[in-house]
Amino acid sequence: MAIEVRIPTILRSYTGGAKVVEGTGDTLSDLLTDLDSRHGGLKARLVTDAGSLHRFVNVYVNDEDVRFLGALDAKLNDGDSVTILPAVAGGAFGFAAAAAIAQQKVASAAPGRASTAR
Amino acid sequence: MARYDSLLDACGGTPLVGLPRLSPTVPEGAPPVRLWAKLEDRNPTGSIKDRAALFMVRAAEEAGRLRPGDTILEPTSGNTGISLAMVAKLRGYRLVCVMPENVSTERVQLLRMYGAEIIFSPAAGGSNQAVATAKQIAAEHPDWVMLYQYGNEANARAHYETTGPELLHDLPTITHFVAGLGTTGTLMGTGRYLREKVEGIQVVAAEPRYGELVYGLRNIDEGYVPELYDASVLSRRFSVGTRDAVLRTRQLVEVEGIFAGFSTGAILHAALAVAHEAVREGRRADVAFVVADGGWKYLSTGAYGGTLADAEEALEGQLWA
Repeated sequence: MAIEVRIPTILRSYTGGAKVVEGTGDTLSDLLTDLDSRHGGLKARLVTDAGSLHRFVNVYVNDEDVRFLGALDAKLNDGDSVTILPAVAGGAFGFAAAAAIAQQKVASAAPGRASTAR
Repeated sequence: MARYDSLLDACGGTPLVGLPRLSPTVPEGAPPVRLWAKLEDRNPTGSIKDRAALFMVRAAEEAGRLRPGDTILEPTSGNTGISLAMVAKLRGYRLVCVMPENVSTERVQLLRMYGAEIIFSPAAGGSNQAVATAKQIAAEHPDWVMLYQYGNEANARAHYETTGPELLHDLPTITHFVAGLGTTGTLMGTGRYLREKVEGIQVVAAEPRYGELVYGLRNIDEGYVPELYDASVLSRRFSVGTRDAVLRTRQLVEVEGIFAGFSTGAILHAALAVAHEAVREGRRADVAFVVADGGWKYLSTGAYGGTLADAEEALEGQLWA
């Protein structure tokens, strides 16, 4: 039995369009290396050059955020389900619009610090 | 206390109720594991967002950013808009909400009833269009004030000063606090307070995992994490899919008589997960979770009846939390 990995729409160009792929590994890092051997380039989209998970990527093992389970060192078992998702919050519309406006006009005046991505 | 000088004074102080039927049964002689629901639908406009809206407006007034007659601009399609509309009305401000065309009719009606003006952004353009619309409006009206709940410290402070102390007062034996993760204000504020006061408290986040349509082609490099978010406040974070959220929402009303929105179902799903873990490990647990709002605003989705598969389909592409 292998580990099932759910791929978000934006990254399916690396998996030939597949929504779900399978891989193996004792840790999340091992699993991503295994996946990268068949889906070249995938790991680089999820892990930074410094070797940590990209800030705007969330990875869940059996529905639990891996950042609270050891991040890339999170232990995996056969039969686990791994889900990769872009980080969004509070409703896809609200956060995007709020962040955009904040970036534009609130930079100096408001309590919030502006930052969309990048 | 049951008498207040005005509706704004009646914000918070919500009941905490035990859930004897949904709490897991423990083996003979094992320590008790109990679930408790904080009924935030009992706030003035029916959601937990009243607390944040009131604190954010007060903070802006105290900082001199809001003066009588000013206009507040907020991009929201959800409960924050409804709460802000009520607070703005009672404190003498105009509220303009920017939202996509495809939000539920109940929300639009509620916002208008409370006196908010609504600017729709074309649904067809997706979130990129919504961002463009919102930016354009902000640029055209530089004098409008945006409270920006995702980065406003008064949002989290509302929960540090009210929700947290209320929970500790009503449940001194609390071991877990479970709430939804959106702006992150509830979890950051309540979580910080409880961490200061309760040794070993577990602060657990439940975030909605929407259908694929919602995430769409969102680029991994263009994600967004609210400025308020501080991962060190959380102990664990669960992602809850639409089906589990609907299942638990229905269970909550069927078994305990609490009629809640779908975000509460997601929160209950995480609360049950930690409760059952405690049972397996033979540990005592008092798990308090947030009922964020009632189910009224979501009836038109049709997701309270029919099969789970039907409900999941009905909610596909919707922001149900």
